[in-house]
Amino acid sequence: MNNNETFEPVIIGFTCNWCSYRAADTAGTARVKYAPNIRLIRLMCSGRLDPTFVLKALANGADAVLITGCHPGDCHYVEQNYKALRRFHLLKRVLTQMGIEPGRLKLVWASAAEGAILAAEFDKFINEVRALGPLNWPLQKQKTFSTPALEEVAA
Amino acid sequence: MSKNEKPKFAMYWADSCGGCDIAVLNIHEKILDVDANFEVVFWPVAMDAKYKDVEAMPDESILLTLFNGAIHSTEHEHIAHLMRKKSKILVAFGSCACEGCMPALINLSSKKDFFDTVFTTISTDNPENIRPQTSVKVPEGVITLPEMYSVVRTLDQVVPVDYYMPGCPPESHQIAAVIDLVIQVLQGKAELPPPGAVIGAGNSTVCDECPRKRDIKKIKKFDRIQFIEPDPEICLLEQGILCSGLATRNGCEAKCPSAGSPCIGCYGPAEGVLDYGARLMSAVASVIDSTDPAEINQILDGIPDPAGQIYRFNMAGSLLQAGKTAWNRK
Amino acid sequence: MSEKIGVYVCHCGTNIAGIVNVEEVTQWAGSRLKERGVVIARDYKFMCSSLGQELIEKDIKELGLTRVVVAACSPHLHERTFRTACERAGLNPYLSELVSIREQVSWVHTDKIAATAKAKAVLSGGVERVIHNEPLEPLKVPIHPDSLVVGGGIAGIQAALELADGGNHVYLVEREPSIGGHMAQFDKTFPTLDCSACILTPRMVQAGNHPNITLLTWSEVTKVDGYVGNFEVVIKKKARYVNTELCTGCGICVEKCPMKVVDDVFEAGMAKRKVIYTPFPQAVPNFPVLDAPNCTFFQKGTCKACEKFCPTNAIDFNQKDEDITVKVGNIVLATGYDLFNPRRIPQYGYGRLENIITSLEFERLCNASGPTGGNIVLKDGVTPPKTVGIVHCVGSRDQNYNGYCSAICCMQSIKFAHLVHERTGAEIYNFYIDIRTPGKSYEEFYQRVLDEGTHFVRGKVAEVTDVARSPEEEGKLIIQVEDTLIGKQRRIPVDMVILSAGLEPRYDAKETGKLFGIACSADGWYIERHPKLDPIATMTEGVYIAGCVQGPKDIPATVAQGAAAAARIQGKIQQGEITLEPIRASINEDQCSGCRICNDLCPFSAILFHEDRAVSEVNAALCQGCGTCVAACPAGAISGTGFSNEQVLAQIEGLLLLNIEKIESNKVPA
Repeated sequence: MNNNETFEPVIIGFTCNWCSYRAADTAGTARVKYAPNIRLIRLMCSGRLDPTFVLKALANGADAVLITGCHPGDCHYVEQNYKALRRFHLLKRVLTQMGIEPGRLKLVWASAAEGAILAAEFDKFINEVRALGPLNWPLQKQKTFSTPALEEVAA
Repeated sequence: MSKNEKPKFAMYWADSCGGCDIAVLNIHEKILDVDANFEVVFWPVAMDAKYKDVEAMPDESILLTLFNGAIHSTEHEHIAHLMRKKSKILVAFGSCACEGCMPALINLSSKKDFFDTVFTTISTDNPENIRPQTSVKVPEGVITLPEMYSVVRTLDQVVPVDYYMPGCPPESHQIAAVIDLVIQVLQGKAELPPPGAVIGAGNSTVCDECPRKRDIKKIKKFDRIQFIEPDPEICLLEQGILCSGLATRNGCEAKCPSAGSPCIGCYGPAEGVLDYGARLMSAVASVIDSTDPAEINQILDGIPDPAGQIYRFNMAGSLLQAGKTAWNRK
Repeated sequence: MSEKIGVYVCHCGTNIAGIVNVEEVTQWAGSRLKERGVVIARDYKFMCSSLGQELIEKDIKELGLTRVVVAACSPHLHERTFRTACERAGLNPYLSELVSIREQVSWVHTDKIAATAKAKAVLSGGVERVIHNEPLEPLKVPIHPDSLVVGGGIAGIQAALELADGGNHVYLVEREPSIGGHMAQFDKTFPTLDCSACILTPRMVQAGNHPNITLLTWSEVTKVDGYVGNFEVVIKKKARYVNTELCTGCGICVEKCPMKVVDDVFEAGMAKRKVIYTPFPQAVPNFPVLDAPNCTFFQKGTCKACEKFCPTNAIDFNQKDEDITVKVGNIVLATGYDLFNPRRIPQYGYGRLENIITSLEFERLCNASGPTGGNIVLKDGVTPPKTVGIVHCVGSRDQNYNGYCSAICCMQSIKFAHLVHERTGAEIYNFYIDIRTPGKSYEEFYQRVLDEGTHFVRGKVAEVTDVARSPEEEGKLIIQVEDTLIGKQRRIPVDMVILSAGLEPRYDAKETGKLFGIACSADGWYIERHPKLDPIATMTEGVYIAGCVQGPKDIPATVAQGAAAAARIQGKIQQGEITLEPIRASINEDQCSGCRICNDLCPFSAILFHEDRAVSEVNAALCQGCGTCVAACPAGAISGTGFSNEQVLAQIEGLLLLNIEKIESNKVPA
């Protein structure tokens, strides 16, 4: 970590295949610009969002996590985004108790056509996280999915 | 090992309550089988022994070591390394060694808060605010105390572990079963489970063993067990009590829910689960019966200490492991 | 780690290469990701081209690749392309990944260094993920050749006829006593001014007589079980109290029935009907129906005039509702629309002031078989209006009610203007926001009506009132409107106001949708699979939508959708079996504790609970692959193919560059 550089957050964003991932694509097709700090993962639905993913991201180097999905009522799978909503609220409470600022976990809804809106939300969140500073969660010895169990993770 | 020499057995307690040792003693007359088949070389609660005796043993000369208690101090870590060196099979015994258990709840506080609470609160008679020092000069020389870490760790975060036996404590009938298994292995009648396995526990979760009737879950309110009279036949979660049984490994015969008390999660996560709390959080939140953020939050207010309750036994073994205040990074 | 991974980085001309240093990314993948299993890393100008695909195929064959990662455009464009390329070379198509470094990197970032660094992270995410991909096989299920069409309006009739003409058996279910839908209520259709009944009834008769169509009117679907190709549907045939085996449709019972009630369905409340009735003369089937709640016999135990006079003894007061169960392979939902209720706009005076009527009510007024025999007259039943105001966009394009445009109201309003002009010679004012005449000959029709002298006022009507401010307003309905083309407020006195009320989803559309496992959008219309490229399919395999259920549209579009749904189904029936995407959940029975957390989480009813074994199970054919149950299971007993925990967690590690020998600086230069 080069202390001379200004801190630039690394954010993991979870998108849903039908709405928010397509919104990110729409932003791309329309050449809407946003900061490069967010790296997106495609899930089929925001209902697939397992709190394990959020904890994994934060514990392994991400400074913040953005959860996105279809607007309530518009879920491709009818009502699964509500499950994501409920998990988000409980997860946020637990993270806050763990000393992770609530501003590091955010939930944003976007429909497939809302490319520019989603891009603006990305930039907004990146700025909010930049102001919070790095999370710097210590990397512990953990089983990772890409290495056999009991191996040390580079610290 | 000559024909007359019995295989060596050791048990050590790190940051623990002593319950695991009692659980082993609680196998009643089966303890005689232990005595018959093993030579107990090191077991601080049950016999006198010195660390230097263990250090003098050849490497891997102890066949089976049951290590209970979490790693909270330099002494615990030192002995963990020692026992690993000297043991052929090292078992993380009990919830503290497996997942952190109660000691790991200190991971939500800073070391300073921890020490302040222990040494200066009203229940401690310490008017001069005497604090333990890791090294003190006395006329006879220097005496030392182990340094406490600010973050409690599990055994396998310090040394490689061969098997895990979860539970707070592991149920005595499970301990008896494991001892039987080891004896059978020694007699060539059985095979050891694959390394890294969880033993003395089931393959599913507590609901599998729970006698209560289960239905669709829809939670409109969370209640505390002391404030309501739950129906003894119906699943506790359906009645608004946050029972952790659904995410907790079985093997304990669901003793707590059977007795009217919600499972609090001492047997740790189910097979293959990376973070216990994530599973419990996800399941419970998914069935909250509301689609409105304000109402969802109001329902969640019924869980006053989510991190503590959800990670009660499993903080050190979780993905985040400890709160930010405990990390104390330079 | 024994996988052999091939990495392919696409330039996409300059689309990617202009911002991302593709050569650098490729070299980095080849060297730094080598220990992760990357055996070859190539960059190429256009990976989706046949030459690009051949690179992949060649490497699979010659290097024995076990995984392929392409860094290029969005998977929504070319995931299938690269999967097919792998398949051609003998590698299971699901062992490949396409990660987007175009839509989500080069097209949205300007800093080349940052974009290149991000491209590396994205690629690394794909590499880590693909290691955990499994060789999936698509699921095949057989297709039952029978189909179900729900809704007997023009959309449902079209779909049913096409399927039946194609040689397949169809159940056509309609909850009213006759098929025909709203189109049967219209007088003339725009722009041709065909008599609606004249063009509709031949189709209705055809549907009624077709050997391949089982017509079930006065019936409703009450339960749908099963999945595509294998639906089991329970249909409730409501009691008509008429034995259709004996009834000849002579109509004597209707004539003799002494009780009349307001017909608020077919006649839109403009006329009365008998208690035993056929909704309109050309009804198909031509069997009457007895409206039991209003029947003197059922209420008081007397009368039975219909039974007395029926020449064939067809009246059966003991008839009961009957449930039948049918097996079908595919379902078309064509249940149409309801009209927006203008009572919700109190300032328009509907329901309070006389001579303010809705579009459907006006259709009945115009119709020769309607309450006034086709004479356009005021409430007194005699006087023709001298001035008529026609209000567009009632309840549509309005943030207070429905934000969308109802598509047909402009043409309908113009049609009304023409009909009023033709039959009464009245002075006509149309009040509009925009004139929307996109269809064939629609604009010409508008021009014609303009030429007829109808006044078109551009302004949203503020109020319809009977409070006169001047002598010439006495006894009239006054339309208060801002004429935006001249920039002035106007008060226009008229005798009759026609409100072109917007189209809305049926009042019970949401419940009906749930029955079939499909969802409604925020406006309440059913959600199509793709708004541009697949408007008649839904997310539920085997359930199709046609007509206004999908959104407001005119008759040609409705007919086209009905035909499209039929064509889609014919194709499936012809193939005999259907292939489903293998993204599904499955439950490990040994690990499942029967906690039942998952049971209520599936909107597609794909999760069943086995009481005997106390475990839950996922029906793979019903499962849509959303993964919600996978995420919720507290025992970790539910796994999902295509988006497994291992895949996603590995992708997170890759995106955070966790497994590279030395942790890369995650910091992006300011």
